[in-house]
Amino acid sequence: MNEDKIQHYGDALYDAWRERRTIAPLLEQEPDITLADAYRIQLRYIERRVAAGESIVGKKIGVTSKPVQDFLGVFQPDFGQLTSGMVYQEGDTIDLGSLIQPKAEAELAFVLKEDLQGPGVTAMDVIRATDYVLPCFEIVDSRITDWKIKIQDTVADNASCGVYVLGKTKGDPRKLDITLAGMVLEKNGEIFSTGVGAAVQGSPANAVAWLANTLGELGIPFKAGEVILSGSQSALVPVVDGDELVCTVGGLGSCRVKFAGRSAA
Amino acid sequence: MSMDQTLTLTLSREDIVRLCERVEGAQTRAYAIPKLTDEYPAMTIADGYAVQLELRRRFLAAGHKQVGWKAGLTSRAKMKQMGVDVPSIGFLTDRMARPENSAISTHDLVHPRVECEVAFVTRKDLQGPGCTRQDVLDATDYVLPAVEIIDSRFSGFKFDLPSVVADNGSSARFVGGGRPRYVEDLDLPTLGVVMEKNGETVAGAAAAAVLGHPAEAIAMLVNILAELGEGLPAGSFVMSGGITEAVPVKAGDSVIARFQELGSVSMRFVE
Repeated sequence: MNEDKIQHYGDALYDAWRERRTIAPLLEQEPDITLADAYRIQLRYIERRVAAGESIVGKKIGVTSKPVQDFLGVFQPDFGQLTSGMVYQEGDTIDLGSLIQPKAEAELAFVLKEDLQGPGVTAMDVIRATDYVLPCFEIVDSRITDWKIKIQDTVADNASCGVYVLGKTKGDPRKLDITLAGMVLEKNGEIFSTGVGAAVQGSPANAVAWLANTLGELGIPFKAGEVILSGSQSALVPVVDGDELVCTVGGLGSCRVKFAGRSAA
Repeated sequence: MSMDQTLTLTLSREDIVRLCERVEGAQTRAYAIPKLTDEYPAMTIADGYAVQLELRRRFLAAGHKQVGWKAGLTSRAKMKQMGVDVPSIGFLTDRMARPENSAISTHDLVHPRVECEVAFVTRKDLQGPGCTRQDVLDATDYVLPAVEIIDSRFSGFKFDLPSVVADNGSSARFVGGGRPRYVEDLDLPTLGVVMEKNGETVAGAAAAAVLGHPAEAIAMLVNILAELGEGLPAGSFVMSGGITEAVPVKAGDSVIARFQELGSVSMRFVE
């Protein structure tokens, strides 16, 4: 795909994000988009956000569970960029007016204390380079109408990232069984779904290693201090005004978040 | 739960014995039968328990030893999978126990499935009604990881609550093992569990999937026992119900259930 088209679709996604509206699936407009094209479109969309004042603070890993991979017909995860405008802290109320068609996912976040440079990164390197892990929510959102996404659509749309919320309880992955830690997601005081770390690529550390190696092939390092959302361990939860969610990671702790207002779609 | 609406016995003693023999034959010779409500559409849950207790009476008379009970259909995933909306209980005997890491024969099973559970061993008697989660935790000696091999004797694993209760809650085999722990050293609801079959992850969840807390299922079991006129004696082994959905197994399959903080339980299935 030529650079003009890459820019065109990246700009279209940026405009849709800024104006809180959706656009038709990119594959409907352009059936020949490859995965590599989709990542170039994502880069353009994020460059626009950075040019408007945000900075890149980390990465998110998506499509990490087998059911989602089967649904999208792919055999590996995808990734997107976390920017400074997406960050919420535990206890904050998320303004749904800033989002289009949000859904929440409970995840484990990694914060690195050393750079990780792929290729050749293993899960053991990930644990070694990790400062701490946190319970967190990613609020995914799609700039594509009615979430009618194929893998190229979601990758171009920054892996459908919306905003994210980090918990306050820091865990040392050397003291915690991140593979077998349970994940309990409660919505308005009732259990919505349960899961376990192993649902993410066998272990969340495997997902982070995959990303380090994938970025390594693109010549992008993983930097100390970056936040990595390692992939969903829960069902997708639609959220509306007044909802409160709590996710609890076994042996670690909880992250709590409230929602107010109305999303665009 | 309350069984008020369904406590009425509709079956005659003759019918109960007849259905018990039908279930016993299917269990011991491993064949599928139509669900009992096909012939007795008015059958209640109380009728189901009457058949189950008759089955237990016959097993004990034949020299089997009761080791405890199991709670079944205690997670939303299981209730949805089986199309029922109330949990059930069944009795466990020494003949159903299999050692950890052993070869389990499938030739005397109909269509076995495996599920991961937290098991409780009690050190005090528990008596309903009104038994609470805290009563259960106070009476618990230790918990351990377990795998239940369920095997409905009904064609296509299709049943309703009266039928599955009569079939002893689909109980067939169970394997306890791993690492025993005191409940006060654990946060049971957030314990993660992974089921692997032949090296591949086939199910994963946290123990809160069982009624919010596995001890809640044991309390429910004690309260159902009270309605049947029984208590739960100290020293009982009680399984709290599948945390994960039930996964079909056949000869040649190898299964490992891995539990956060509780170690793992493994087994393999042979002809």
